[in-house]
Amino acid sequence: MSQPQTRSQPQVADCRRDFPALQQQVSGHPLAYLDNAASAQQPQAVIDAVARYHGEDHANVHRGVHTLSHRATEAYEGARDKIRDFVNAASRSEIVLTKGTTEAINLVAQSFCRPRLGPGDEILITHLEHHANIVPWQLVCEQTGATLVVAPINERGELELEACLGLMSEQTRMVAVAHVSNALGTINPVADIVAAARELGVPVLLDGAQGVPHMAIDVQALGCDFYTFSGHKMFGPTGTGVLYGRETLLDAMPPYQGGGDMILEVSFEGTTYNELPYKFEAGTPNISGTIGLGAAIDYLNGVGLDRIARHEDELLSYMTRKLADLPGIRLFGTAASKASVQSFLVGDIHPHDLGTILDHQGVAIRTGHHCAMPVMQFFGIPGTARASLALYNTEADVDQLIAAITKAQRLFA
Amino acid sequence: MTAVDILQGEDLRDLYRELILDHARNPRHFHKLETATHSAEGINPLCGDKLHLYITIDDAGVISEAAFEGSGCAISVASASLLTDLVTGLGKQQALDCFAEITGRLTAPDAHQSRDIGVNLDKLRALDGVRDYPSRVKCATLAWHALNSAINEQQEPVSTE
Repeated sequence: MSQPQTRSQPQVADCRRDFPALQQQVSGHPLAYLDNAASAQQPQAVIDAVARYHGEDHANVHRGVHTLSHRATEAYEGARDKIRDFVNAASRSEIVLTKGTTEAINLVAQSFCRPRLGPGDEILITHLEHHANIVPWQLVCEQTGATLVVAPINERGELELEACLGLMSEQTRMVAVAHVSNALGTINPVADIVAAARELGVPVLLDGAQGVPHMAIDVQALGCDFYTFSGHKMFGPTGTGVLYGRETLLDAMPPYQGGGDMILEVSFEGTTYNELPYKFEAGTPNISGTIGLGAAIDYLNGVGLDRIARHEDELLSYMTRKLADLPGIRLFGTAASKASVQSFLVGDIHPHDLGTILDHQGVAIRTGHHCAMPVMQFFGIPGTARASLALYNTEADVDQLIAAITKAQRLFA
Repeated sequence: MTAVDILQGEDLRDLYRELILDHARNPRHFHKLETATHSAEGINPLCGDKLHLYITIDDAGVISEAAFEGSGCAISVASASLLTDLVTGLGKQQALDCFAEITGRLTAPDAHQSRDIGVNLDKLRALDGVRDYPSRVKCATLAWHALNSAINEQQEPVSTE
């Protein structure tokens, strides 16, 4: 950030002007939006794409013969193709649209694991998972008698890889790991995990909710069997999400929900299910949201995932340095390999007091346990303050954060 | 520099009044009460606020002692601290009246009909600032719900989330 980039290329953070929500003031200060790991803002292009669908093309998809239904279907299925390209899936059949990461993981737990698991079987997760990558597995363990096994982390918030690999065995029937930790920012060594699991023939699900907005994803190169992510963390609308699944696995899985769109033929004697991916998409989908997600992918591709990753890495280093310089600060999540997130506590100030005071300086951060209570238990704290970056953040946002924290420290001194 | 200077003229001063900051920094009766006859736990899992309230009710039905322990934000701790100060010496019913009064005042200020319960609640005006912070009202009311639960001998932990 401090080094000027080549003149011919605009700075990544110039994208800020594309995001109308970032143009406002909060409590008389410019908005420094640092809660991107919870939900990212939307560029005008996404807002326009959603509005255009509502204003011109709204109709149900897949079943109408009229013009609007045709246009809606084209836009909706066009978004699926963009998603396929975005994560480099082998086929569009492997892109199941869900309402978010949470639903995608639940789908795999219920449709893939539940029929296959029994007592003695194990599901391996890690200590740094979001609740969405813990509770669905707990549910399926309760239903089948399988056991949930948790790989440990260290004080830096890194997965203990050797221990994790050591926990894989003949009993392991699923490995489910965050690509990037939402509470700590740790990038997990997913290549090593996938390689070890494949040797044992164990399928791997990667929770990519925090991975997708910050780095280019290639599911074939990753070699995972399932990859899940949410639209609203990558500048798309809420209520959209994706389950990438290896086609052979999806094919063998029973439907997750029953209803319209997921059937070929229904009679009271029995029903034949639709082909992939529609077998898993019962009911009228989130058409406008998915179209918006497609527009968000166009936008990300336009800026360039590699440039975004570089910009965020530089800004994360700057923010971490500035935070570490503050007196009485404790940083949580200091892994060697990280993306976009820094959790911290300031002296004795409770994170919620800090959050309220920062909000008054126009700084939006997240406070609490970040849906990762086991991580908080590991560090013996009730919660943290968390600042998380996106492509449109700048050093000025970080400086505003630091100034606001300093003010809170003086108030509670 | 004192805290007053920092927030002079800011809305935030309504939330973090000196009395609140004082009780948050130096909570009163902040310990376990071994002789408690009644106690209750207040937990707001999303916030991470966790308070345990203890009261001793004597044979005449008067709260002779109140204390609390736990952890939480400045608002929840200050509210609990103010509570323990206030309810000591009150009868059970008066304490319940305080609960109704303060929760009504904070959660439904427009609908709330204040009534004279024979207890001076002026000090609790310091909590009124939370009404402008919907996400913080639950912090201010947590200890009071714990009080209600303790007096009514309910077993389950209370939450205001």
